[in-house]
Amino acid sequence: MKTFFPGLSNNPRAAWIATFVLAAALVALPFALGLYGNAPVRALAFAALYVLLALGLNIVVGFAGLLDLGYVAFYAVGAYTYALLASPHLASNFQSIAQAFPDGLHGSFWLVVPMGAAIAAFFGVILGAPVLKLRGDYLAIVTLGFGEIIRIFLNNLNAPLNFTNGPQGITLIDPVKIGGVNLARTQEFFGLQLPSVYLYYYLFLVLTILSIAVCINLQDSRLGRAWMAIREDDIAAKAMGINVRNIKLLAFALGASFGGVAGAMFSAFQGFVSPESFSLTESIIVLAMIVLGGLGHIPGVVLGAVLLALFPEFLRHTVVPVQEQVFGRVIVDAEVLRMGLYGLAMIVIMLYRPKGLWPAPEHGVNPSEASPPGALRTP
Amino acid sequence: METLIQQILNGLVLGSVYSLIALGYTMVYGILNLINFAHGDVLMIGALTALTTILFLKTQFPDAPGWLLMIGGLVTAIPTCIVVSLVIERVAYRPLRYAPRLAPLITAIGVSIVLQTLAMLIWGRNYMTFPQLLPADPIEIGGATVTVTKLLVIALSASIMVALMVLVNTTRLGRAMRATAESPRIASLMGVNPNFVIAVTFAIGAALAAVAGVMIAATYSVAHFYMGFLPGLKAFTAAVLGGIGNIPGAMVGGLLLGLIEALGAGYIGQLTGGVLGSHYQDVFAFIVLCAVLILRPSGLLGERVADRA
Repeated sequence: MKTFFPGLSNNPRAAWIATFVLAAALVALPFALGLYGNAPVRALAFAALYVLLALGLNIVVGFAGLLDLGYVAFYAVGAYTYALLASPHLASNFQSIAQAFPDGLHGSFWLVVPMGAAIAAFFGVILGAPVLKLRGDYLAIVTLGFGEIIRIFLNNLNAPLNFTNGPQGITLIDPVKIGGVNLARTQEFFGLQLPSVYLYYYLFLVLTILSIAVCINLQDSRLGRAWMAIREDDIAAKAMGINVRNIKLLAFALGASFGGVAGAMFSAFQGFVSPESFSLTESIIVLAMIVLGGLGHIPGVVLGAVLLALFPEFLRHTVVPVQEQVFGRVIVDAEVLRMGLYGLAMIVIMLYRPKGLWPAPEHGVNPSEASPPGALRTP
Repeated sequence: METLIQQILNGLVLGSVYSLIALGYTMVYGILNLINFAHGDVLMIGALTALTTILFLKTQFPDAPGWLLMIGGLVTAIPTCIVVSLVIERVAYRPLRYAPRLAPLITAIGVSIVLQTLAMLIWGRNYMTFPQLLPADPIEIGGATVTVTKLLVIALSASIMVALMVLVNTTRLGRAMRATAESPRIASLMGVNPNFVIAVTFAIGAALAAVAGVMIAATYSVAHFYMGFLPGLKAFTAAVLGGIGNIPGAMVGGLLLGLIEALGAGYIGQLTGGVLGSHYQDVFAFIVLCAVLILRPSGLLGERVADRA
């Protein structure tokens, strides 16, 4: 438990109590919010998905220091993997698949989700291998381009062979079924009626907690230390015997696999995917989350993801009524305002709190932040 | 043969716009080592400002000739873009000049989003029609057709680039700019004010972007808040292709990228037997970008840049 509460590491009882209270709160949360209908619970489920994405991007950007602006591509790969392997789409478009699977492809959760992660990781390596030699800002642009390429292909791969169904997207995607429990239906456990959104929320919560545990262990591992060494100074890291290229590739692959899992979950939860969900905006939102929370610091990343994921809900319930009260009509759309505020937050955070809202504790002075000797000071 | 000439012409039009935008990237990168991510959005602000002016002038002087309106649009768009760009530099980039490299890049993305949001608030989210100001009758050149607007794009870009070369290579200011690009610290010892030079660089880049924005809007007859993103990205590719930080490189890279795109889009259908169509046009820029960065990271005309700054 001390991995989750490093501050309480010398007080195991307090750590256990804190964990228990937190767990109880997270389990009870949907029931409290459920009083207002299913929409808030849905928002919570999406927040959990965003935490998953943010944790994955944090491995690449926060730990290894590689700015990836095309992260959504891996999310898309995961989503389409699930969508293709668990929907009637392929069977209805390809004769041979229809013959092999007369009922259509309906891959099991235990098969398709790891496949989504693996294929996303594979794409991570494909992208990473040629570009990892590049300097940080070039890498950012190339990854951005990669994200766009994936989206262009998803949009256009409906002819001459219909793989992705183009802009219409893939529908009728199977919901998650775990051990005979169909998460798309209301289920009864111990006399409690749990609607579908609650079930997905719990599934995502479990995945998120698992991922946090994985990330914390990675961070403290030999691999994690190698990433941070590369982030601080890759030449020094190389001199210390770290295989910089392979370790960077591993960061890309692992980060991508988180995106793949999140994408698969998104697919199953929505029952529908289309290229529209995987625009550059989405990459930037996830980046904003980890920048806001604290690059490279897991609690900060989780905080940033939850804050920014729930922020639109908050805006929707404040901006519109307030404007109606003040001006009598809606002048600024909540969606427009949201992106603007995200952008503003990125600028303000970088200028005034470059380590984020909940930064990692200092381990000595970071040399890259001290000004270079004799540097020109602007008045 | 006609397709070939047509595509080459299209490529030149596309390429000269890319060159104009790429110059803004490359000059800023040459001096600050910063990818000014918001450059594409400055272009969008320019196009939309010009559009508003032109529409206003049209209501006031319905008989004014098209070229006068076009000049009116440019005259308002250029100062607006310069002011926007200077504000961005002052607020978002200057405080981070000595921060880790990731920091200004992230603020640049933030600035880009903020500009898009502002544009959405001011001009709305819909596509707006940019009026046809110059005669639309096609002119025939060797079997291919081209409009006056497109010829204007090529001519204007070419003359601007010549003027820029003269400015950078022969004037006192140009020498200060080259000195600052070499080393801001030494330049300041020689009596150059680096902050001034950097501001001027941003201003010139913004003015070029404004012209490019108006040209894009006039060529495609449409303007909207997201129009800066793709040209910006491709112009960056052009700058990298020519060798980032290198002014002739940006021009050559822009023209080359325009030609690659136009020819690629024109012939990809034949080459792949109809499997891939011209809607993959946007992919070429990224493939070129990846190829250049892997095979020749310093670009066609670039000097070898140090691995880190």
